Amino acid sequence: MSGLLEVSGISVTFDGFRAINNLSFSIGAAELRAVIGPNGAGKTTFMDIVTGKTRPDEGRVLWGERSIDLLKLDEAHIAREGIGRKFQRPTVFEDQTVAENLMMALKANRSPWRVLFWKPASADHARVEELAAQVGLGEALTRKSGELSHGQKQWLEIGMLLAQEPRLLLVDEPAAGMTLAEREQTTSLLVDLAKTHAVVVVEHDMDFVRRLNCKVTVLHEGAVLAEGSLDHVTANQQVIEVYLGR
Amino acid sequence: MTQGFLSKNPSVLIFLSALALFTLVITFLSNAYGAELISTSMVKTLGKTLCLCLIAIAMDLVWGYMGILSLGHFAFFGLGGYMVGMWLMYARTRDIVLQSNAGLPLTPQELSDAIASQIFGVVGTSELPAIWAFAGSLPAQLALVLLVPGLLALVFGWLAFRSRVTGVYLSILTQAMTLALALYLFQNDSGLRGNNGLSGLQNIPGLAWAGQDRLSVWFLWASALALGLCYLAAAFTVSGKFGSVMRAIRDDEARVRFLGYPVEGYKLFVFTLTALIAAIAGALYYPQAGIINPAEIAPIASIYLAVWVAIGGRGRLWGAVFGAAFVSLVSTWFTGGRAPDLNLGFYTVKWVDWWQVLLGLSFVMVTLFAPKGLSGLVDLLDGLRPPQRRGAPLGPNEGALQEREAQE
Amino acid sequence: MRRLFLALAASLALAIPAPAQEAPDLSPAVAEAPISGLAAVIAENAKAIAKPSRKTIGPVIGAISAAGPGAPAFLEAWADKRLGQRKSDKAIFLVDRQGDNYRLVDPITGADAGEAPRKQISEIKPNAGVRGLIAAALIKFQLSDPDISKRQDALVALARDGGPQHIAPLAASIAAEPDAEIKAQKERMLALLTIRFGENATDRVAAIESFGADLGLDFRASLNPLVATTRRAFDGAPTGNVATELRPGKDGFTAEEAYDLLVAENRAPARLDRADLRAALEAHIEKGAVAGIPLAELDVPARRDEAYDALEAAGLVPAAATDAEVAQTVAAHRYAEIYAEPDAAVTTAAAAALKSVSLKVNAMQGADLALDALSLASIYFLAAIGLAVTFGVMRVINMAHGEFITMGAYTGYVVQLYIADYTLSILVALPLAFAVTFAAGVAMERLVIRHLVRRPLETLLATFGISIALQQLFKNIFGTQARPLTAPEWLDGAWVLNDVVSISYIRIAIFVLALVFLGLFLFVMSRTRLGLEVRAVTQNPSMAASMGINPDKINMLTFGLGSGIAGIAGVAIGLFAKVTSELGADYIVQSFMTVVVGGVGNIWGTLAGASLVGGLQKGIEALNPSNTLAAQTYMILFIIIFIQFRPRGIIALKGRAAGD
Repeated sequence: MSGLLEVSGISVTFDGFRAINNLSFSIGAAELRAVIGPNGAGKTTFMDIVTGKTRPDEGRVLWGERSIDLLKLDEAHIAREGIGRKFQRPTVFEDQTVAENLMMALKANRSPWRVLFWKPASADHARVEELAAQVGLGEALTRKSGELSHGQKQWLEIGMLLAQEPRLLLVDEPAAGMTLAEREQTTSLLVDLAKTHAVVVVEHDMDFVRRLNCKVTVLHEGAVLAEGSLDHVTANQQVIEVYLGR
Repeated sequence: MTQGFLSKNPSVLIFLSALALFTLVITFLSNAYGAELISTSMVKTLGKTLCLCLIAIAMDLVWGYMGILSLGHFAFFGLGGYMVGMWLMYARTRDIVLQSNAGLPLTPQELSDAIASQIFGVVGTSELPAIWAFAGSLPAQLALVLLVPGLLALVFGWLAFRSRVTGVYLSILTQAMTLALALYLFQNDSGLRGNNGLSGLQNIPGLAWAGQDRLSVWFLWASALALGLCYLAAAFTVSGKFGSVMRAIRDDEARVRFLGYPVEGYKLFVFTLTALIAAIAGALYYPQAGIINPAEIAPIASIYLAVWVAIGGRGRLWGAVFGAAFVSLVSTWFTGGRAPDLNLGFYTVKWVDWWQVLLGLSFVMVTLFAPKGLSGLVDLLDGLRPPQRRGAPLGPNEGALQEREAQE
Repeated sequence: MRRLFLALAASLALAIPAPAQEAPDLSPAVAEAPISGLAAVIAENAKAIAKPSRKTIGPVIGAISAAGPGAPAFLEAWADKRLGQRKSDKAIFLVDRQGDNYRLVDPITGADAGEAPRKQISEIKPNAGVRGLIAAALIKFQLSDPDISKRQDALVALARDGGPQHIAPLAASIAAEPDAEIKAQKERMLALLTIRFGENATDRVAAIESFGADLGLDFRASLNPLVATTRRAFDGAPTGNVATELRPGKDGFTAEEAYDLLVAENRAPARLDRADLRAALEAHIEKGAVAGIPLAELDVPARRDEAYDALEAAGLVPAAATDAEVAQTVAAHRYAEIYAEPDAAVTTAAAAALKSVSLKVNAMQGADLALDALSLASIYFLAAIGLAVTFGVMRVINMAHGEFITMGAYTGYVVQLYIADYTLSILVALPLAFAVTFAAGVAMERLVIRHLVRRPLETLLATFGISIALQQLFKNIFGTQARPLTAPEWLDGAWVLNDVVSISYIRIAIFVLALVFLGLFLFVMSRTRLGLEVRAVTQNPSMAASMGINPDKINMLTFGLGSGIAGIAGVAIGLFAKVTSELGADYIVQSFMTVVVGGVGNIWGTLAGASLVGGLQKGIEALNPSNTLAAQTYMILFIIIFIQFRPRGIIALKGRAAGD
């Protein structure tokens, strides 16, 4: 099977510390995948590499049907190729309203000249309202996003991710700071999305991962330690050692 | 489209009306067209102030909205002035040479030699440098007003943004750029008369019959028109999604990249656009000032520009305009020796000597206590205190500007 | 008694032959004739001595100087205008005017010859040309004068205007020279004179070669006239000592130049230039036309030529050389660079010697440049180190840094107002400048910068506000004119290695100061508690804070330290630059460049940055020495390009400490 994203043999070193060590990873066009691992396992660095923030010392990252080499593209280009990312800490533009945040994220031509003369059509307004409603911010469209609660910012960021209409969603700890009800909502949203998109979820919370009910990749010291269903990997002796042994 | 844009941004309409009213009032008080209550030199000062307001808008776009503290925009202002000054000087000298010529009519070569020796005698050469090739043609030189600064901004911006230089590094780099340009122009063989600069620019060839009284008012009109149009364009730029992206880049450019926006492209676009606005401002300023020399481009000028915008309030266009007008006029008043001395009993404060000290300290005060500038005080009056966050100022709240603007 | 008698006899001897000399024979044969005794020579030539002419006096001077003891003293008196002639008998005396009378002294014996009224004596005043000849003759005596300073003066005179006539006496004086140093100088002078005036080519070539690649300016000054050439035109093959033959249109020798040369040598008529053409036409304007061509059409060169041709045909103007004629004339001649020196062997040797000298001079100039660059780099290092410290630790660009430098310089000036001894005052000024600027820096940090944490752009602007306020304050206090900050005497002068390489002591002192600061800084940073804490705060402020380090205190101390170093740099810079309120501002941009190029948070980076910026500036200046402004322009351009490739400077922090 040819995946949507093929990562093979990447390594990266920071000042002598190997953050990623010969890591390979692959995900299909409509698949939900959870990536777990202890702190420092390289989860965030892995995402940084896929989104172009960090350049690996070696290895290949291929994308899509035409096998585009992502290592040759910059962050913005990779994002336009259809890879969306939600950060661990919610990073929304706090000085702007919820609507402005969503409108900016809305899939459209990103070149300066086109953006300058871009006028939202009624369909765009409708889409923004729909997204806002979907993430529970329907009433907050005109509020400055800086005034939102932490959980609401998480939702806004998920809304922005959806507005981008990416083919691959990289979601870093989506459940942090959410109430139990919100977590369930997030779970169903992600599971729902994975029917048509590729979704990679990085998460610490085992309960949350269990609820996703998907294939799990365990990272340790920058490499894949185990892969399979949650039950399968939690039965793995090495995984138990990594999580409990030390 | 414009109709909808204006109705959504009433402040723009208010600003434009205020500007039109101001222009009309000055016109009817001027020597040429009215009550002769305002001297011609005052009209020129006001016209120049409008040009400074124009470059303040450019600075506000690039710094207040986009977060690039450029310490080099006066380089573009000066280049715009030089480009128009070249035509003014060339054409005027040509008229003088033709008038004073007796005997045989001049051949093109003789004419050009005579002009060159008139213009460049002061730096010891009598050859017309290659960069003056188009100086005889007004349309060409007007095109250069935009082309030369635009190209410089494009090349410099491309180099700087491509290597992702940001923050104070970028500021220092822009400062280095303007210093390099100033030092280059200071040389006698730069082809622009070294530190003599270009002079006699207030005499517009072909319009000598109009006299300075009328010319000063015409330039006031032109400056007001340019300010109005650029204000409109700037307001349009910052109002829509483009403005959203600009402010987003200012606050967190990495995040904007992950949304798929080519941040470097936006920076380059805005940097170049504002360089063009600055060039237009310069091209209108120097015919009113009458003389341009490399000292005008020195880094200090661009830093003062930042001071005006900071005092006026960055992140809102009218704040920048207000800051530039207020600080530059007050500066002129204090340094012109017209401000009364302050007698403290043991020491008499002469404002010519102490104004700079006052300006520097008040600038520190504004940075410390009113990071959004004087126009930010309007928010306080209206009880619109924004939440305190990360030092990044909020976007413009243009609903609050009306009374203030009317007072101006 | 005996003396008086001798004097009388002598004056008789002088006086008696005088009438017989009404028609002095000045031919060399007579002058060289074996006339014994100086007195006889003087008496014989009294008329020539009294009214000397540069053209004819040479043999007389020769005769006098050959006349034995007493001659030098007489010649000196002559040149000093101390001689006079008694009108009655044409006798010559040393005269000394006293009121209306002259006191007369015998010029040879020094015996008193009584007094004479003013009217009877005419003073002898040889002109400058004659005095020069006399001085040249005197050199011979001075070269072996027992007084060492006279001998040195003679050598100086020879260096200034030695001639062929000095070669023999100089050579003769060398063997008996007691002083080794002067002997060496004499030998060198002899060789130099031989190069220029030697009688045969062999000697001269040998003299040239004896110098090797000597760097002395005097050697090059002797060679240069030998290889000087003039451009000449010839009908046939070039004659004389040909340096190079020139072909029009090649090697930068244009056909225009060739024709101009022919015109200058009167071999061809001058070409009609545009101004002459215009003048000629204007002289023949008739009824708004020249030769039937209306004036309005004469703004085209072709029409003007037509008009001139018409006038020429009418015989109204002289014929002008046409292009074809010019080309023909140029082709009919040959051109060459001709040495003024006729001897080919000498010119070849001189050219070869100059070449090897210039190679060596280039190498030495390179060394000199390196020294210059080093001293500039140490100045930039001193100026930038404080900036680098504050930027590295606090990520704060202090725009007022330049004013702190100025503050240091003014502190030095004020100290000198109270302490007159320059050495002592500098020793006091250095720590005092540090203290003053340290205090100013701490005050600024506490009052302003602390409140702008994590807002680097605002900090930059606020410190700029302080900068303009301080600059104006300095102007108000100290005025706009430059204030003196004088270096102690032992720092005056320069360390001269040879005629090419030299460096002033002040610059050496600044270099040493920079080294001291480098050492001090390394010591503080790596061996003290403060340094440890500063490094901790630099790398991770929040972690440092949680380990019990007070970052506020560290920031304050760091800022004070950085400012204090600026103060010391100010004293150092003030020693050689003008102390004005703009002193610091002149260095601030270069300091920024140094920090940016060098990279942040590492003293070695600052050092590398200073070396690069200083070296680059001097290097570019050397390529275009007339234009230091251009050098700065190109240097800044280079730095802008440099940032493209190393955005974080030469020595960049890596990993998480570098931030995003």
